[in-house]
Amino acid sequence: MSIVLWLFVTVAAYELGRWLRRQTHSPLAQPVAVAMVIVGALLMLSGTSYDDYADATTLISFLLGPATVALAIPLYHQAARLKGMLLPVLVALTAGAVVSMVSGILLVRWLGGSDVLERTMATKAVTAPVTIALTERLGGYPELSACFAIVVGIVGAMVAPRLLTLLGIRDPRARGIAVGAVSHGIGTARMLEESRVEGAFSGLAMGLTAVVTCLLVPLVAHLLL
Amino acid sequence: MIVGLLWLLGCQLAGTVIVELTGIPLPGPVVGMLLLFLALVLRRRDGEDDPIIQVGDYFLSHLQLFFIPAGVGVIAYLAVIRDAALPIVVALLGSWLLGLATVGWVLGLFLRRVPEVAGTQGAPGEEIE
Repeated sequence: MSIVLWLFVTVAAYELGRWLRRQTHSPLAQPVAVAMVIVGALLMLSGTSYDDYADATTLISFLLGPATVALAIPLYHQAARLKGMLLPVLVALTAGAVVSMVSGILLVRWLGGSDVLERTMATKAVTAPVTIALTERLGGYPELSACFAIVVGIVGAMVAPRLLTLLGIRDPRARGIAVGAVSHGIGTARMLEESRVEGAFSGLAMGLTAVVTCLLVPLVAHLLL
Repeated sequence: MIVGLLWLLGCQLAGTVIVELTGIPLPGPVVGMLLLFLALVLRRRDGEDDPIIQVGDYFLSHLQLFFIPAGVGVIAYLAVIRDAALPIVVALLGSWLLGLATVGWVLGLFLRRVPEVAGTQGAPGEEIE
């Protein structure tokens, strides 16, 4: 019974989040964030442990695997856009991934966070499904890293366009790629509202950043963790 | 539909097997993503009726649903968040800002020499997540 109950609650909360986004068009109204609040509140009210909930919803979380594989499709569609700029984009994304990981780890360390928290912070610039898998391997808290990824996505959707203008970054390709590199899918959805170019490059950067970060993680972990 | 699902699961399986056999420090599904990317490049078929694209796009349009169980797990960490609020908030926002500025500035240096038309053709990016 509890399996069907929590599956129903999870899908219903997601659908409610989608409805809320259609109504408000606000970057804060991310279906996953809305569902997290609703399901979390229901778990606490009913006194259900997270482990029981996670067991009941393995059917849903399993699908994260094939969905991650499917991220190859937008990457494939947009690969043609890289013509003549593959090298600069890879250099910029590599620099961005290193800065993001190293600064995340060091800031946690300097401010007195734990070793596990450093490992959790390292990969938050990557799209949530990939950061969950990476943080598991690194020995951080996968669920918390997913939450971090969602938060930086929402922050990006809210302030990134204005911030980029303030930083003097005006080339739409650079703007899109910068947002995709640090604010993944939620930021990409926001950049699509700016322009098609920015949105497309943002999606491309999200896919490439996942790949680049995965390759860099062992090195950064070896040197810093 | 089933053929597309087989491709996704097949790539995930192959990726997981490769990770198990070689011990490379990547998640299996990420290796599966790279395998599917290679397969798409080699096949050069991406019409609307392609089962891989159809099933894959459907999965991606509801990507957020699949990480709700993980996201809800944050309630197990409320004590961690409360005890380490300062390092979490500063590191999260600080490293996000540094990453954004780094990518933007590095690209800005390079892209002055690459004309914009090179990158502006083709279909718009799909909204995923």
